[in-house]
Amino acid sequence: MHSSWWLSVLIVLPLAGALVAMMVRRIPGASYVVAVAVGSLELVISVVVALLYNTHVAHAQGFDFYSRTVVSAPLGLAYDVALDGLSLLMVVLTALVLLLSLLGGRDTRREPAFVSWLLILTGLTMGSFVAHDVLEFFVFFELTLVPCYFIISGWGGRERARAALKFFLYTFTASAFLLIGILYLGFAYQHQHPGAALTFAYGALAATTMSHATAVWLFIAFALAFGAKAPVWPLHTWSPLTYAEAPTAGSIELSALLAKLGSYGLLRFAVGLLPLAQVSVRPYVLTLAVIGILYGSILACVAADLKRFVAYSSLAQMSFITLGVMSGSTIGVTGAMLLMFNHGVITIGFFLIIGFLERRRASIQIADFAGLQGPAPVLAALFTVTMLASIGLPGLSGFISEYLILIGTFTTHAWWSVVASLGVLASAVYLLWAYQRVFHGRAEGANERLADASPSERWVLVPVVVLIVVLGVFPQPVMNKITPSIHTFVTQVASAGGAK
Amino acid sequence: MTTVTLPSIHYLTIAPVLILFGASLFLLIASALWRGTLATTVATATTVVASVAVVVVNVFQWRDLDAHGPGTTVAHAVLLDGFSVVATAVIAVSLGLAALVAHDWARREGVRGPEYQILALAASAGAVLMTQANDLVVIFLGLEILSLGLYVLVALDRRKSESAEAALKYFILGGFASAVFIYGAALVYGATGSTNLSTISYFLGANVQLRPGLLLAGGALLLVGFAFKIAAVPFHMWSPDVYEGAPTPVTGLMASIVKVGAFAALLRVMISGLGTQLATYRPIMWVLIVLTTVVGAALALPQRNAKRLLAYSSINHAGFILIGVWAGTARGAGATLFYVATYAPTVVATFAIVTLVGGLGDERHALESYRGLARRQPWLGASLAVLLLSQLGAPLTSGFYAKYAVLASAVDANGTIVALVALLSAAVAATFYLRWTVVLYAEPDESDDLDLARVVVPRATSLAIGAGVVVTLLFGLWPGPLVTLAQHATLYFLP
Repeated sequence: MHSSWWLSVLIVLPLAGALVAMMVRRIPGASYVVAVAVGSLELVISVVVALLYNTHVAHAQGFDFYSRTVVSAPLGLAYDVALDGLSLLMVVLTALVLLLSLLGGRDTRREPAFVSWLLILTGLTMGSFVAHDVLEFFVFFELTLVPCYFIISGWGGRERARAALKFFLYTFTASAFLLIGILYLGFAYQHQHPGAALTFAYGALAATTMSHATAVWLFIAFALAFGAKAPVWPLHTWSPLTYAEAPTAGSIELSALLAKLGSYGLLRFAVGLLPLAQVSVRPYVLTLAVIGILYGSILACVAADLKRFVAYSSLAQMSFITLGVMSGSTIGVTGAMLLMFNHGVITIGFFLIIGFLERRRASIQIADFAGLQGPAPVLAALFTVTMLASIGLPGLSGFISEYLILIGTFTTHAWWSVVASLGVLASAVYLLWAYQRVFHGRAEGANERLADASPSERWVLVPVVVLIVVLGVFPQPVMNKITPSIHTFVTQVASAGGAK
Repeated sequence: MTTVTLPSIHYLTIAPVLILFGASLFLLIASALWRGTLATTVATATTVVASVAVVVVNVFQWRDLDAHGPGTTVAHAVLLDGFSVVATAVIAVSLGLAALVAHDWARREGVRGPEYQILALAASAGAVLMTQANDLVVIFLGLEILSLGLYVLVALDRRKSESAEAALKYFILGGFASAVFIYGAALVYGATGSTNLSTISYFLGANVQLRPGLLLAGGALLLVGFAFKIAAVPFHMWSPDVYEGAPTPVTGLMASIVKVGAFAALLRVMISGLGTQLATYRPIMWVLIVLTTVVGAALALPQRNAKRLLAYSSINHAGFILIGVWAGTARGAGATLFYVATYAPTVVATFAIVTLVGGLGDERHALESYRGLARRQPWLGASLAVLLLSQLGAPLTSGFYAKYAVLASAVDANGTIVALVALLSAAVAATFYLRWTVVLYAEPDESDDLDLARVVVPRATSLAIGAGVVVTLLFGLWPGPLVTLAQHATLYFLP
C-alpha cells in the first residue's frame, strides 16, 4: 500500500501552480511557462502513480493510496482519497488534458488568469476522481463549475455569457438532486447505526440498507446529476452551445474530461452505492443510451459547425460509455472505462485540430472549408487518424473499447446491444461525410492558401496519435491494471442487487 | 414599611447589553456637552471599542459557561447559554464592521455628528437582548429597541425623499408586526399563565390542553410577527423598498443584526417555549420556507438595482435559515446559528462594496455601474465576486457549508422535499449572482471615462470588506471549528 501523499500532491500541485502563475503575472509569458511546467510535472506524477498502483492490496477491495482524515465531524466532512482501477485512467487523463490543452489551446488574452483557471480546474477534477468520500466528491464536483464558468464566460465566443450561464445552471440544478440524495443516504446510514457519527465514507454508504423503492428514487436523483454532466439524452441540450462557444482549451476540458465526471460518477456512485436499483432501472437507462447514440449520430450529420459536430458525436460516444457502465458485466464496464480514456484522447485531437483551423480562418463553419487536403496534408492526415479511431477501426483505440462495450452489453441485454451497434455504422457515416466536406474537393480562395500544421502543432498531436495507436494495438497492460478492480466492483454490485 | 425585593443580577450575563447601551448613552451625552459637533472619528472609535469589548466579554461568558453551565438571571427573564454567547458575538462583529463602513460613508456624504453610531449601538443592544431573552416580554422589548433604532437609521439620509418614504413604510409595517407579536404573546400567556419561556415549556409538558385554540392562535401570531421581521414571504413586501431607500451602510447593518436577533429569538420561542407544539407549527413553517425561498429567488431575477436584488436575495436566505428552525433539532439549531454567523459578515461586506460603488449621493446602484469593476480594480472586484459566490453557495466559501448545514438538518428531520425545493431555488438564485459576477468581469464601455468610474476605497471600509472576505474564505476552507462551536453552543438550551 502506497502513501496517500501521492494523490494529495496531484490535487495540490495544480492549485499551487495557479497561485504561482498569478504571482508572476507581471512578467510577460512567465505564467504560461509556469503552467506548462506544472502540467508536465503533474503528468509525470500521474503516470508514476499509475505505474505504482498495486491491484492487490490486501483487504482494500482494489483501493491503494488510501487515507481518511475527518475535517468536521458534525458536518460529516472528511478528506478521504484512494485510487483504484476505476479512477486510475481518469487521473492520467486529467493530467494529459491539462498539458495538451495548454500546449495546443494557448490563449494569450489575459493569459495569467486563463492558465490559473485551467490549473485550478485540473486540481479540482483530480480531487473528484480520487475522492473516496461521497460528500468530498460532491464538493469537488460542484467546485469544477466555477473555473469552467469563468473560462467560458471570459474567453469564449460571441454568445459566451449565455453559454456559460446555461452550462452552470444545468449542472448546478441537476446536482441539487445529487446533494439531497447524498444527504439522504448519509442520514439513512446514521439512523441505522445509532451512536455513529455522520459519515459519507464510500464504504459505509455502500453498506446502507434500504428498500427497493428508496434505491430507485435515489438512483434517479443521482442519475439526473450525472446524466446532465455526461451528457445522457435528453439532458444534453446545454452541450452543443457550450462546446461551440467555449475557447479551444475550454471545449477540450469540458468534453474530454468533465463529461467523464458524469459517466464516472454514474458508475462509481449511482451504480456502486445503489445496487438494489440496478435490475429495475437498467433497461430504462440503456434505452436512453441507445437513443443518445442514434440521436447524436443523426444530429452530427447535420451539424453546421465543427464544434457542434464534435459535441453531437461526443453525445453518441458518451452514450456508448453509459451503455457499458450500465451493462452490469465486467467486460462492458471495462470497455466503458477504456472508452472514457480513449474518447478523451480522441476528443483532444478533434478540438485541437478544430482550434488550429479556427486560428487560421476565424471560422468553424463546415461550409467555409473545402479541399484542405491539398494545402494542408499533415493536418488532414492527423484528422484522419483521429477520425478512424473514433469510427472504431480495428487496430486503433476506439475499436477495442466499443467492441468490449457491445460484447458486454450483449451478454446481459442483447437487444440493446444490437440496436446500439448501428451507432458504430452511423459514426462512420457522419465522420467520413464531415471529412469529405472539409478536406476533399477543390480548395479555393482562403482555403487554397491555408497553411499546414506548424512544427509545434504537429508535436502537440504526436501524443494523441501515439496513444490512439498504442492503446489500439496493445491495450493489455492497461487492462491488467484496471480489470481486477472492475471485476470486484461488478461482482459486489451483482451480489448486492441480484438477490432480488 | 414595604420592601421591594430586587431580583439578583448576574452582571456578566447582561454585560454585552450594558456595554452597548453604555456606549450609546456616552455618545449621546458627550455630543450634548461637546461644543460644536462631535467628531465622526470619536463616534466610530467608541462603537468599535464597544463591539470589541462585547466580544471580549463573550470570551469570559464562554469560560463561565464551561465552568458553571448555562443559567438565567433577572428573575429568569434573561439567560446566558452558549447560543446567546455566539449570537451576541456575531452581532458585535457585524456592528463593528458596519460602523467602519458608515464612518467613511458619513465623511463622503458630509453627514456630521454621531447619530448613526448612537442609533446603531442602541439597535444592536436590542438585538443582543433578543438573543438572551427567556421571556416573551423581554423578546418584545429587544425587538422594539432594535426596530426603533432602525426606523430612525433608515430615515438618516434627510436629503432623499426615498429614505423618509422607506422609513415610514418600515415603521408602519414594523409597528403592525410588533402589534401582532405582542397579541400573540398575550394569547400564549392566556393559555399557559406565563410569558417565561421555561415556564411555558414546563406547563405545556405537564398539562394537556383540552382546548388548544388560544395557544395555537398565540403561537401562530408570534410566528407571523417574526416572519415580518425576517421578511419571510408573504410578509416580505416592505423589504425591497426599505433596503433600497435606506442609506446603504444602514441596509448592511439591518440585513445582518436583524437576522441574527430575530432568528435567535424565533428559535427560542419555537424550540424552548413551544417545543412540545412544534409539530403543529411545522406545516406552517414548511409553507413559509417554500414560499420564501422560491419567491425570493424568482423575484430577484428581474431586478436591475443592486440593493433591491440583495433585498430579494436576503429573502431567499431567510427561507434557508428558517429550515433550521423547521427541523427543530439540535442539528437544526446549530445550523441556524452557523448560517447567521457566516451570513452576517458576508452581507455587511457586500453592502460595504455597494456603498462604495454608490458614489457621492449614494445613487449609483444600477447593476450596470459594476461593469468592468473587476478589470479596473481587481481586488475590489474579486472581493465582491467571492462574496457573491458565497451567497450563491459555491463550495470553498462559508455560504456552501451554511446551506449544507441547514439542508442536512432538514434531511435528518425527514424534510427531503423541503430541502430539495430550497436547493432548487438556490439554482435560480445562482442566475442573478452569476449575472452580477459577469458584469464585474465584463469589458468596460468605450465611452466611460476610466478615471471617473474608479471607485474610491477608503481605509476603514476596506478593512470591513477584507474582514468579510477573510471570514467567508476561512470558514469556507476550514468550517470545522465554527460548526463545532455552533453545535456545542446549541446543546445547552434544547429540552
